[in-house]
Amino acid sequence: MNITGEDLILACSAIGAGLALIAGIGPGIGQGIAAGHAAAAVGRNPGAKSDITSTMLLGQAVAETTGLYGLLIGMILLFVKPLT
Amino acid sequence: MNHAILMSSAADNVDFMIHGIISYEIFGHTVWITTSHVCILLVMLVLVGLSIAANRRMKRATETPEGFQNVLELLVEKLDGVIYATMGKVAAPKFANYFCTIFVFIFVSNISGLVGLRPPTADYGTTLALGLISFTLIHVTEFKNLPPKQIWADMCSPLPPWLPIWLPINLIGNIAVPISLSLRLFANILSGTVMMALVYGLLGKIAIVWPAVLHVYFDLFSGAIQTFVFCMLTMTYISQNYETE
Repeated sequence: MNITGEDLILACSAIGAGLALIAGIGPGIGQGIAAGHAAAAVGRNPGAKSDITSTMLLGQAVAETTGLYGLLIGMILLFVKPLT
Repeated sequence: MNHAILMSSAADNVDFMIHGIISYEIFGHTVWITTSHVCILLVMLVLVGLSIAANRRMKRATETPEGFQNVLELLVEKLDGVIYATMGKVAAPKFANYFCTIFVFIFVSNISGLVGLRPPTADYGTTLALGLISFTLIHVTEFKNLPPKQIWADMCSPLPPWLPIWLPINLIGNIAVPISLSLRLFANILSGTVMMALVYGLLGKIAIVWPAVLHVYFDLFSGAIQTFVFCMLTMTYISQNYETE
């Protein structure tokens, strides 16, 4: 079996895409913390539930950004193949 | 490279790419009319049709609303409420039209995956244009409303104005705003599109009714949240320039 340089780069790109998706850990933890605190806030003040929910969703969507950057890097490595 | 980002072909039956339809030469470059252009035109046609219908309906508006008029009044009232709550009474009337337009446009673009189109916001060209419009608005309002002295002081912000060491970092922070706004919208909608394409492409035989649940999450929920976030962040950045009034 012959492995050309291009095959090697493709394989390494696939590994790199997998590694880039480790970035998903951060937003997961962050969104969990936000949701936990929102649940606690609703427990303390059930009247403000709709305000708390919209603030929580806004913050979570912003916190998600770093994970999405990782996803974008992974997709570019897999489908656009900039290195070959 | 005459291919846009993500315009090459992947596996055989998994298809979430942007396809070129017509190409033409302009100043020595090959420019493609892609599926994104077609989808964005369809979205615009739907919105223009809706606006004409709304205009005709509101010309013979009644005191007690019913039917279509109810829906329109509810929509405008809710959007106005959000904009006034975020931007305050001074800035909101100037930007209410713009934000209602962009909200409806992004939302309809995001949920156009429901009718089988490829969402136009899953093309970086669209979202970068939206981000650049936001960037221009933010800085035009800044220069219109704040005295130059305060803009300079803001740019050197944590340090005093006579010591502009922090200036380059603030400049990079300003340039990062449209990039992060556009990439956030793009990556969210793109990930939804890719997920749905994978489900339909790889599980085509058993994807009968249950992907509807995924559509509700990826298209409706994610699309609505990201529309809200895009408008909300732009509104926050713009209303920062009105604080001294």
